[in-house]
Amino acid sequence: MNVWRFFTGHSDEILAATREHLTLVVISMAIAVVIGVPLGMALVSRPRLRAASLAVANIFQTIPSLALFGFLIPLPFIGGIGMRTAIVALVLYALLPILRNTYVGLASVDPAILEAAEAMGMTELQILFQVRLPLATSVILAGIRTATVITIGIATIAAAIGAGGLGTFIFRGVAMVNDAVILAGAIPAALLALLADFLLGLLERRRRVA
Amino acid sequence: MRKPQVKNAIIEFRDVEYRINTISSRSILSGISLEVHQGETIALLGRSGSGKTTMLKLINRLRVCTSGSIFVEGHNLLEWDSIRLRRRIGYVIQEVGLFPHLTVEENVSLVPALEKWPAARIKDRFAEVMHLVGMKPEEYAARYPRNLSGGQRQRVGVARALAADPAILLMDEPFGALDPVTRAELQQEFLALARRVSKTIVLVTHDVREALLLGSRVVLLDAGRIMAQAAPREFMRLEQPIARQFIAASELVAGAAQ
Repeated sequence: MNVWRFFTGHSDEILAATREHLTLVVISMAIAVVIGVPLGMALVSRPRLRAASLAVANIFQTIPSLALFGFLIPLPFIGGIGMRTAIVALVLYALLPILRNTYVGLASVDPAILEAAEAMGMTELQILFQVRLPLATSVILAGIRTATVITIGIATIAAAIGAGGLGTFIFRGVAMVNDAVILAGAIPAALLALLADFLLGLLERRRRVA
Repeated sequence: MRKPQVKNAIIEFRDVEYRINTISSRSILSGISLEVHQGETIALLGRSGSGKTTMLKLINRLRVCTSGSIFVEGHNLLEWDSIRLRRRIGYVIQEVGLFPHLTVEENVSLVPALEKWPAARIKDRFAEVMHLVGMKPEEYAARYPRNLSGGQRQRVGVARALAADPAILLMDEPFGALDPVTRAELQQEFLALARRVSKTIVLVTHDVREALLLGSRVVLLDAGRIMAQAAPREFMRLEQPIARQFIAASELVAGAAQ
């Protein structure tokens, strides 16, 4: 079977691409979480900002990924060929699920519990950090999980703008009309996505309350 | 300056009205005047929608009255900092009030911890209030509310309300979600507890027998107004139609039992 032969013959290259791919995903996800979770927290008490930011995040989600990568290339500072542009695009895609789940998780805490917290003399900030956030953790983690799986998939397209990663094999395979080369990119990407989904799912269940 | 005549009244309502918003004509509460004295147990009795829970929430400013004024410990509520006020008032609601992500010990110790008591004192106080509500502190400390029975949750709720040693205890249908046997058990314990801790207690209930059993004074609410107030003994002799309805309901239950 020539798929297997290609895998064994190019294992170093595939491993390097996988590492590149993971780097893209981890950096993008870290940035998306650092932006998305605090922003989601800020949205709980600000309905206008909520509508606006969810709309913006939604719009980015509707732009086809190849087009978004293309749009970003000519932009100064964030654009250009390579990893930096890819990370900007991946962050934009990851933002919506994180933002939305953070907001929904925080907003859907049982009102009776929030009232009990208020009645005990907790301040707004104490309620947010000591009651809402811990009770919303599993919902927020579910958003991060969805975003991670999406990002692993979309990151394959980043190869089109020279960001490397497993997409390199896919684009090369398409150009060569060679299934084995396509699969050398597609299979590790799928495995990464499944693994991330499984691990983050475990974490999410561990943090589920009641 | 003359102090308002609230010498003994730890809570006082003066011609209080409450509407959800000022535009709507229907008021939830109107013409409410009531003095609650140190050490009393007031049972606010009324049907669903009579405004009794709202009255309770006005005391710790979960709701703010539309007109009139409310005094706690001689000070108008408007002068109180809400956070300080609430930490001085214990609040017990039906079992939902415990935080599901915190252990029994963390739940009970929350207000003392917010008040930055030293750790050793918090620990002692936890053991003390758990004993008060008849639970072994070491056995339950690390458990989560989901691993407790309804009755146990309710006891923990009371322990939590007592933790910071508040002068006032507000209880909203505290035994409402319990089965009749546990309920009767907890009512008896409540009586013993109320005698021991000598708090001022305001309790909301729709159960006339509970009101008569637990209250040192029963305040009957209907459609947002106080219809009558009486000691339990005198309550049975009240003439108002709404009071007769409640009394008849209690006699109906007692009659069926015979």
